[in-house]
Amino acid sequence: MANIFELLQGKPGDSDYNKKPVIVQGITGKFGSLHTKLMKEYGTNIVAGVTPGKGGQKFEDIPIYNTVKEAVDKTGSKISILFVPAKFFLSAALEAIEAGIKLLVAIPEHVPVRDSLIMLELAKKNDVVIIGPNTPGIMIPEIIKIGIMPASPFKSGDIALLSKSGTLMYEVANNLTEAGFGQAITLGIGGDPINGIRLIDAFDMVKDTPNLQGMVVVGEIGGDAEETLAQRIIDSNFKKPIVAYIAGRAAPKEKRMGHAGAIVYGNYGSAESKVAMFNKANIPVAKRPGEIPMLLAGKLEQSD
Amino acid sequence: MRLLEYQAKELFSEYGIKVPKGLTSKTIEQGKKDAKELGFPFVIKAQVPVGGRGKAGAIQKCNSQDEFDLKYPQILAMSVKGEKTRAILLEKMAQIKKELYLSLFLNRGKRCYTIISSSEGGVEIESVKNQVIREVGLGDVDKSTAEEVAKEIGLGGNSVPEFVDMLQRLSKLTIEKEAELAEINPVAILDDGTLLALDGKVITDDNSNFRHPELEKYQERSEIEVRAEKSGFTLIELDGQIAVVGNGAGLVMSTLDMLSDNGGKAACFLDVGGGATHESVYEALTLISKIKKVKAILINLFGGIVKTTTVASAFIQAYDEKLIDKPVFARLMGAESDKSKEMLKGTKTKLFDSVESAINAAVMEVRKNG
Repeated sequence: MANIFELLQGKPGDSDYNKKPVIVQGITGKFGSLHTKLMKEYGTNIVAGVTPGKGGQKFEDIPIYNTVKEAVDKTGSKISILFVPAKFFLSAALEAIEAGIKLLVAIPEHVPVRDSLIMLELAKKNDVVIIGPNTPGIMIPEIIKIGIMPASPFKSGDIALLSKSGTLMYEVANNLTEAGFGQAITLGIGGDPINGIRLIDAFDMVKDTPNLQGMVVVGEIGGDAEETLAQRIIDSNFKKPIVAYIAGRAAPKEKRMGHAGAIVYGNYGSAESKVAMFNKANIPVAKRPGEIPMLLAGKLEQSD
Repeated sequence: MRLLEYQAKELFSEYGIKVPKGLTSKTIEQGKKDAKELGFPFVIKAQVPVGGRGKAGAIQKCNSQDEFDLKYPQILAMSVKGEKTRAILLEKMAQIKKELYLSLFLNRGKRCYTIISSSEGGVEIESVKNQVIREVGLGDVDKSTAEEVAKEIGLGGNSVPEFVDMLQRLSKLTIEKEAELAEINPVAILDDGTLLALDGKVITDDNSNFRHPELEKYQERSEIEVRAEKSGFTLIELDGQIAVVGNGAGLVMSTLDMLSDNGGKAACFLDVGGGATHESVYEALTLISKIKKVKAILINLFGGIVKTTTVASAFIQAYDEKLIDKPVFARLMGAESDKSKEMLKGTKTKLFDSVESAINAAVMEVRKNG
């Protein structure tokens, strides 16, 4: 398992420690350009953009290249954030992997499942960490933001926050921050049926973070990522406080609730199944996002 | 997209998977013609996009014209788990020796396609025992894998090559149509050992629709859902009276849960996407104005990047233009919320600091007006 903190921050002593260079694929699009500005404002070291046909131009003083390969050769970056329409996602993602990107944050929604599967096969062979598709991104608050999340809800601290949903992650981060719980890392899994980093992978990546005080998992109906995670938590004997939340208890069955992955077939993917597994792992499940900080505080008190 | 049984069977036929002779109708007049062509006896099967038809009485045998005249209109008017009958499939019965289960589905946890098969068919997959499970990558099933599965579920004789053929054709369909699930349940073994798909369920990946214009004819959406999709929204109509709107699927689901916990019933689920702008909120109100049963509108937006005042102005515009006259109960998280409150004073839009209090007020409003 790749060390996510090392990918995002580098090692203390590196000349670019906490200033890892990041490439933006689709930098000149409406969404790409808006979020490039916002990421830069946040302190992320955006060093290059890629838009085929616009090589040689600049966006906000950031050089644009025609291909990811050129951008990587010129900047040495191993991280790319991808903003392209879903139809063009697969070729852009494959291009990034082949150019040597090691951490790819895939923002687009509506990527066909087959394209995600093909991308993941190549990613596995090349040892590339894929976050998304359909993710808000990843951040170490107050250090680096690679994604589309607003900055204000997040604050540096020692809670890990993993979420399938975007805005719900902002909501929960905001609740945590207001209650005095800053975040060590926040990672959006994405709302698709097929995810690069699954909940269980994200857990493995953050569970040994030094000084980690606890974890919050924001799940939703569909699939069995939460159940698998709960089983992993039981098996790994992880003792730090975890609080979960599951969205979609009141959703009708067999309807896709906005996210491609948020759909229940029979008991598969149901909120009841997920809540039952979390309970088995002794993880409290909040009824509403506002309840999460209180439950976390309770868990932390018990563990003291 | 979830295909109805007869649509799934159209695909099966296209791919050379054998299905019983059947005809599909939407009116009694057409049904009568179909009955004549098919000849008694046959099975009348309601076409609904949910399981559990047998238990609900939506599948019935029919032996005579009298029976037909009685049962056809009954089944056509029926709902199963809230889903109205879309069409009626009349289908010839087969001489069945045994029933099997077979499906190929997208295994989300393993991130690959998986075959499930069993010597016990005809029941829902969760209660299928003795499942044989094989992971098959991107969905391609080679001959030897198919043979292994056939043997493991205990097939012999000419049923083995029949099964291999069926599974490989199902695999081709799954790959080419980008299905998340292609299920034949039950597969019938006939007296001569040949196999027949008695029921079919196919769910395709909505995100791949742009590559499948040929499936467009199976798309079943209301006018309002089509418009929502064009705006990049997701709209799902529900039974209640409170329209639930928010930005981001998770946030809207969460709002729906809390509404339901507080005794409220949602008229719709409307996700306007991750952003929250003047335009998206105005378009959401336009869509909701077309849903007649709505008595109150509950809005939960998590801003952050956009100022709440630009969203507040969308409500004012909607009232000014008489687009909506229903009360709005809104929680707008983001910058300048005090200013937004000031702007909306005296309008039918009430702003709340928490979504919980917005929900309470919306539920009270609907109760008050009964």
